[in-house]
Amino acid sequence: MSDVIDIQNLHKSFGSTKALDGLDLRVSTGEVHGFLGPNGAGKSTTIRVLLGLLRADSGTVQLFGGDPWRDAAELHHRLAYVPGDVNLWPTLTGGEVIDLLGRLRGGLDERRRADLIERFELDPTKKGRAYSKGNRQKVALVAALASDVELLLLDEPTSGLDPLMEAVFTDCIDDFKDDGHTVLLSSHILAEVERLCDRVSIIRSGQAVESGTLADLRHLTRTSVSAEVAAPPTGLDGLLGVHDLIVEGNRVLFEVDTDHLGAAIDALGRLGIRTLTSQPPTLEELFMRHYGDDVAEPVEASA
Amino acid sequence: MTGTLIFVRTFLRRDRWMMFWWIAAGTLLYYSQAPSVDATYKTQAEFDTAAASMESNAALIAMTGPARALNTVGGQVAWQSMAFGAVVAGLMSMFIIGRHTRAEEESGRDELVRSTAVSRHAPIVAALVVATVANVLMGAFITLSLLSYGLAAAGSISIGVALTLAGLTFTGVALVAAQLTDSTRAMYGITGAVMAVSYVLRAVGDLTENGLSWLSPIGWGQAMHPYSGERWWPAVLPVVAALALVVAALALFARRDVGSGLWPARPGPSRANGRLLGTLGLAWRLQRGSIIGWTTGILLLGLSFGSIGNDVQDIMGSSDFSDAILQTGSDATDSFYGFAILMIALMAAGFAISSALRPLGEEDAGRVETLLATAQPRRTWLLGHVSVTVLGSAVVLVAGGLGLGAGFAMVTGDGSAVLRYLGAMLPYLAPVLLLAAVTRLLHGIMPRLAFLAWAGLAFCVVVMFFGELLRFPSAVMDVSPFSHLALTPAEDARWTPVLVVALVAVVLSIVGQVAFRRRDVITT
Repeated sequence: MSDVIDIQNLHKSFGSTKALDGLDLRVSTGEVHGFLGPNGAGKSTTIRVLLGLLRADSGTVQLFGGDPWRDAAELHHRLAYVPGDVNLWPTLTGGEVIDLLGRLRGGLDERRRADLIERFELDPTKKGRAYSKGNRQKVALVAALASDVELLLLDEPTSGLDPLMEAVFTDCIDDFKDDGHTVLLSSHILAEVERLCDRVSIIRSGQAVESGTLADLRHLTRTSVSAEVAAPPTGLDGLLGVHDLIVEGNRVLFEVDTDHLGAAIDALGRLGIRTLTSQPPTLEELFMRHYGDDVAEPVEASA
Repeated sequence: MTGTLIFVRTFLRRDRWMMFWWIAAGTLLYYSQAPSVDATYKTQAEFDTAAASMESNAALIAMTGPARALNTVGGQVAWQSMAFGAVVAGLMSMFIIGRHTRAEEESGRDELVRSTAVSRHAPIVAALVVATVANVLMGAFITLSLLSYGLAAAGSISIGVALTLAGLTFTGVALVAAQLTDSTRAMYGITGAVMAVSYVLRAVGDLTENGLSWLSPIGWGQAMHPYSGERWWPAVLPVVAALALVVAALALFARRDVGSGLWPARPGPSRANGRLLGTLGLAWRLQRGSIIGWTTGILLLGLSFGSIGNDVQDIMGSSDFSDAILQTGSDATDSFYGFAILMIALMAAGFAISSALRPLGEEDAGRVETLLATAQPRRTWLLGHVSVTVLGSAVVLVAGGLGLGAGFAMVTGDGSAVLRYLGAMLPYLAPVLLLAAVTRLLHGIMPRLAFLAWAGLAFCVVVMFFGELLRFPSAVMDVSPFSHLALTPAEDARWTPVLVVALVAVVLSIVGQVAFRRRDVITT
């Protein structure tokens, strides 16, 4: 099955600022793909290139196998976009905007429109200027989710939504995915990403630094191990991938690169394990590590 | 009042250029009348004839005010500038109050500022102080400029005070309006409507002398009779009115929530109707208010020009300047209307440029991104706005021509004038659209510099009205597309230049639209 989104070596600069510096990104049909990275990493720029709003300086970008710059309007029949900061016309009501965007995408599912307005508890008779941030977001979400499309490009779509509405959003994405459709989801809400995404790509400074399933990514980081052993724990600091080793009598605390976890446990086993706790990295730790400055050097000094 | 002083300083800093231009324009409006009157009439006898003709011209009285001492320079200055001056001061006050009160609340910035250690009334009081300063300065500069021209002291002071007090009255109106509604546009609408009603009340009152003028803040200033036997007691009226309005506004402010108006926001339709969903739908919906406003304004302007009728010759006198204007044709009336039509066309170009800048405004506001992420192609979106600009410009021009002809026909009974003046107006659609096309080109190629289109219009105005007097080289004159057209109806229409200008407009517009499709969309 071909990829819905296929970006290779994408460059885009604004004046002297390099927004994208050789980005690669692939999203396959039917998956919910998390798109993560610190502020200013280039996530929105990537999405705008995919929408044909910005023109790539170099590299290849394919959307549904087509060129998003040249064939923008045709490709847009098949997708809906929700920006992180929705700007509405001050004099148009939310209902009018939903109809307008729906019509421009090529049609709305009337039943779904009514259903979504109810589920998101949106008042469609309010004028654009009267909506709060969260409600403006809902207008764009309803317009996108009620459209008949195969791909959703979502750029921090839930910013400003309350937890209840976020849950509604999560359900809607599940339904969308169950229909075999594809989602590119840029988000900072890790619980949302963990709950929804099949695969994630992490970008930094305009480059993809990691891409894979969450399980894959976990492998790339460290597990913390705490154990009590029978013999005095020696020789552990020489082991490959062990960091931040603390020895207190027969107790040891350390972190180990997940790839080398087996070897470390073997070493503990030779010392005679009495108690053992091992904790996989939390999602936060995972992202801290990838968002921080130490990505280029996987082995870091202890803090 | 913690923080009021900080706000006053901040507002003055934010407004200093805006205030400078408003005050300069207001002062110039008054001051420029004096030398122009002196230059127009060579002898007092000529002046007396013109004054007698003006005194009996109902249209001019409706436009400007009660005719008093029109055969003196001071009387002419007061007559010609006071009604417009009050509107200028009113608009300045409205914008100052609006941008520091309702607009700040609407944008949400006000909330952030209010969370700091400032008293509840500090921003509104500071806005009031700044508006007062602006109005006092404008009045003072008008007084000083007229004194420097050598007009009588009492009249010069009276005319300045009248302007300041009119400005302060409209400041009060704007301040009350800002409490009523939650939208800045609606607040401007309410204040503008009060000014329009004031203008109409005094127009009807001045014509019929039935006392209606006493209901109008614009009439109050004129009732002070600058340069025609000053009387000071009418000044009490605007002082009382302004104070009452400010007190009312503060009382209303104390009763409402920050961010909302006293009038609850009305809900709108929950579904879009078919018109909004058509190709032109959104562009028309976004621009229709502006088109209706411009059409009405230009129609009224045309009516008032037209209703001068055949009195043109008396009013114009026989100075060098008016000779220069009138020499082009054999018929003085047609020559005058040739220039009136040119002037209306240049104003219509103002609409065309602002309309052509609208897509850029949408882009800057971040609303285009969502639209262009739909299946609507860029060219369709832009073409909607282009069509609205072209049609709107045509409508505005036709309104000007019809107004001019209808006004003339009403005064003279010459019904054929309607078609004659409408026909004289139509060729100007080409240069008007050329300026819109230049705007379109800038929008496509260098959106950051698109505002320069206004400089193009300013250039055309200078060339058309002062080019001959200042003896510009013909190469410079020829840059203005308006230069190439016949001065209809004084001269017969020449269609070749019209077609050439129209063709250039089409080409520039197309290049601009193609360039827009090839560049990055401005993103926020």
